[in-house]
Amino acid sequence: MVGGPQTHRLSNGGLIDRSAPLSFRFDGKTFVGYQGDTLASALIANGVKLVGRSFKYHRPRGILTAGSEEPNALVELRTGARREPNTKATMAELYEGLEAASQNRWPSLRYDFMAVNQLFAPIFVAGFYYKTFMWPAKFWEAIYEPAIRRAAGLGRAAGIADPDHYDKAWAHCDVLIAGSGPAGLAAALAAGRSGARVILCEEDFALGGRLLSDGGTIDGLPAAEWISRTLAELAALPDVRIMTRTTLFGVYDGGTYGAIERVNDHLPSPPEHQVRQRLWRIVAKRCVVAAGSIERPIVFAGNDTPGVMMASAMRTYVTRYAATPAKRVALFTNNEDGWRTAETALGAGLQIAAVIDARAEVSPAHRSLASKGGFTVLNGSVSGVEGGKDGVKKISVSMTGGARAEVEADGLAVSGGWNPAVGLTSYHRGRPKWQDHIAAFVPDGAPPGMVAAGAANGAFGLGACLREGFAAGAAAASDAGRNGKAGTAPSADDEAYSLTPLWHVAGKGKAFVDYQHDVTASDVELAQREGFESVEHLKRYTTLGMATDQGKTSNIAGLAIMAAVSGKSIPETGTTIYRPPYVPVAIGAFAGHHRDETFHATRLTPSHHWAAEQGAIFVDTGLWKRAQWYPRAGEKDWLESVTREVKAVRGGVGFCDVSTLGKIDVHGPDAGTFLDRVYINSFSNLAVGKARYGLMLREDGLVYDDGTTSRLADDHYFLTTTTAKAGLVMQHLEFCRQVLFPELDVQLTSVSDQWAQFSVAGPKTRDLLKEIVDPAEDLSNEGFPFMGAREVALRGGLKARLFRISFSGEMAFEISVPARYGEALVRNLMQAGAPFGVTPYGTEALGVMRVEKGHVAGPELNGTTTAADLGLGKMMSTKKDFIGRVMAGREALVAPDRQVVVGIKPTDKARRLRSGAHIIPKGQTPGPDNDQGYVTSVCFSPTLDQWIGLGLVERGRERIGEIVHAHDPLRGEDYEVELCNPVFYDPDGGRQRG
Amino acid sequence: MRITCPFCGERELGEFTYLGDAKPARPAVDAGEDAVFDYVYLRDNVAGAMSEHWYHGGGCRAWLKVTRNTLTHEISVVEPAAGVGAAKVGA
Repeated sequence: MVGGPQTHRLSNGGLIDRSAPLSFRFDGKTFVGYQGDTLASALIANGVKLVGRSFKYHRPRGILTAGSEEPNALVELRTGARREPNTKATMAELYEGLEAASQNRWPSLRYDFMAVNQLFAPIFVAGFYYKTFMWPAKFWEAIYEPAIRRAAGLGRAAGIADPDHYDKAWAHCDVLIAGSGPAGLAAALAAGRSGARVILCEEDFALGGRLLSDGGTIDGLPAAEWISRTLAELAALPDVRIMTRTTLFGVYDGGTYGAIERVNDHLPSPPEHQVRQRLWRIVAKRCVVAAGSIERPIVFAGNDTPGVMMASAMRTYVTRYAATPAKRVALFTNNEDGWRTAETALGAGLQIAAVIDARAEVSPAHRSLASKGGFTVLNGSVSGVEGGKDGVKKISVSMTGGARAEVEADGLAVSGGWNPAVGLTSYHRGRPKWQDHIAAFVPDGAPPGMVAAGAANGAFGLGACLREGFAAGAAAASDAGRNGKAGTAPSADDEAYSLTPLWHVAGKGKAFVDYQHDVTASDVELAQREGFESVEHLKRYTTLGMATDQGKTSNIAGLAIMAAVSGKSIPETGTTIYRPPYVPVAIGAFAGHHRDETFHATRLTPSHHWAAEQGAIFVDTGLWKRAQWYPRAGEKDWLESVTREVKAVRGGVGFCDVSTLGKIDVHGPDAGTFLDRVYINSFSNLAVGKARYGLMLREDGLVYDDGTTSRLADDHYFLTTTTAKAGLVMQHLEFCRQVLFPELDVQLTSVSDQWAQFSVAGPKTRDLLKEIVDPAEDLSNEGFPFMGAREVALRGGLKARLFRISFSGEMAFEISVPARYGEALVRNLMQAGAPFGVTPYGTEALGVMRVEKGHVAGPELNGTTTAADLGLGKMMSTKKDFIGRVMAGREALVAPDRQVVVGIKPTDKARRLRSGAHIIPKGQTPGPDNDQGYVTSVCFSPTLDQWIGLGLVERGRERIGEIVHAHDPLRGEDYEVELCNPVFYDPDGGRQRG
Repeated sequence: MRITCPFCGERELGEFTYLGDAKPARPAVDAGEDAVFDYVYLRDNVAGAMSEHWYHGGGCRAWLKVTRNTLTHEISVVEPAAGVGAAKVGA
């Protein structure tokens, strides 16, 4: 194993496995850490202080925290397609072979060319986009923006498709707990003992929260022992589920919570058949937020120098990871809790340079600790840090009373107090409320069913965390109806927590509020001077709190400084609105398996497998895959195949799978009345054994859908819809049935998937069907006339439905069999049809034949047309009420100059007609004023041997024979076309009736 | 969001489709154009409790009348919408 010694690793202690060394690379250099390390702790153990460059000024940055609030130590983790930018080194678990690279530097982290930005710092102040790069205006897009984007930024996305899988899952419980610190574990104990179904989510890979770093004594046991005893008890309870590496990131309506589980992020790549991450939606009756609190920095000049670290994070690195961020530590605190870092450092054998305490009084206990540890206590504040990319060297102190002092140290621990993690409790616009005694915001107005406990609720003592957590867990279980005995709460002493609020120390040099977005104290002050005083304006003007860490360490300091300069109190200044997610969540996790070919469900027609065998080209139609055409060897393009298919149908016989049409059985004594009300034409007078074309309007009078409906019995109609509207028409009809016409005795059943339906068309259709249908069935024009519809027996006895309807304009039947017989029917049609040259045809040929016949379809039923526009106005019954009747009569919907369906063909027969071309009268300038409509559908008509189309044209039907222009600016075309009868083929319909 | 369907029990939002205001009833046949215009286009935009039509298409296909607070998404009542939009006799 390569890599140097771990210069900053303690010889014993810590929750790391020294028997499992792991080698890893950072910026190409090899290091060694241990199982149980994070990337951050392993870098610290190896003496690495410089881990990144800042966003705007490219300042050298180190590791500030030990958790998900980290603003600085962002790296690109992994390589190639798995390269993930902006990964927090503090959250990345170490694994063998881990590769990480620092971000936003060139050519290297130590010698970053763009650090020159610091010299231009005055132009990068708050709002600099709006001020500096205004003139000349056209320079913005061409020069300024690209240059700024190159210089400022974070990591690079992989740029290659993510090779991993992501999963989505649901879970349900009585009590959901966020966090496994003392409050969370106590809540789980109480709820679990009460008999509740409990889920506890912990974002760390180890359970215990701050107990892992700060220890303590609970029920007389050392914290570590209490944790293992508690986990054993929870494991023995019937329904307590503990999820590590899982962050609760959001709360949604009705007690639904979002959580992201990093299932395999701690491995180089997920094991085979396993997902990388899983997005959970957890439905919980109650939620206890025991998410703890976040230590806050104090803003002073040079506070971003590598080696400046949160005091609690330093304890975590020393105690949990046995890694020492510094050899000679200074501590700057304004509160009692910060002193624990001095105790920890001394206990680990580190030198303490000094403790700088901003408070007036220091307790006798701490005075004696100082004399024992041989360090001085300075009453004052840190006003500056000397150092750079190699870390902290010297610290300037402004003493209370005005004197100055200097302290030499290679690390500075800072504690400005603690902020409860109020994110989750504030996501439904709850506004946290200010508490003076801890100088922090605590949760208020949490979503229904949610309560905060312990440090997340501003109760910082260990004893208080246990008490509050336990009480919240018991109450949550009881609210959820679980009333078992919770037993006694674990107990511990409460530590003292007194602080004197301190947000900002005046000094020379940049003092950072938001590390990740390089927002300084002077930026906040400038924003105030320029009138951006509201916190929401402050946020957007300076981008404070808008980085990937969402300002977890910076928001409160920013608004405290704003409060100070604007002469208001902090609660008056207020907080910005909190929004999920609590931590960044990969879009891949939200997508889950919904990507590539599984982006949506795929519906296959009954003939799909057969069609695939034939080499059919498929087209996506909604969720369906439909055969578009069936190419044959030697055909040079789609047009040649489609033309052949059309000619085969018109000259012989062909068939097409039309199973994708929506199919609805309408049953009941009032079925006919019901259909009369939903269609513009009448169906109650339709004879049994007959089919009729029907048109539905929306209630606003515009066309909704069309299709053929057949009457199979007195009280049984079989209704078809277009493929696109199948689901919507069902929904609409159910609305009519249930909500509007409850008095009608009628039932609707969707049978779209139950029937395979094929159109068999062409002059030889009967010849073919005679081979399929039982010879006893009469298919003659007299025995089965046009628009006939009835059940028939097939050869072999299978019952089928036969409808004599035609979309192609040819003599045609639609034959319908139970879906499971669909494929067999197709194979039979092919076999029996061979002597007649039967030809399967796809949706393109279907479309060509419908345009030739002037039938309207999707492009004409486009939600803006009336029945009259489509040439179907005469179908509107005047003898009954129907959906859309009244509104269809409005002035504008019956105006004589409406655009109506008309046929269109180029005057030059060789010319290709394109849909979308605008219709402009001859001799007029193309433009909106002279735009009289457009071409909706086109095809090459093999029958007419030229391109033809349908269009919606102003007064189109009165203008048959007129020559106009098809103007197509998109394709740069303009050509003459003739408006004509939309029925290009067999206008008197003799063929379909024959 | 979760809706407790009176036929299926508590189900997730994804099973339902929203339509809108459940207040208007379809005017009687002879009510005239103005009444129908109001029915088709005029909708209350309530800040607070509002009764709405929802369709349980991913379940029992029932149309439901749901009382939802548009400010908080709190759902207080869910009942079958049977006849809710029917023309009132004599209206």
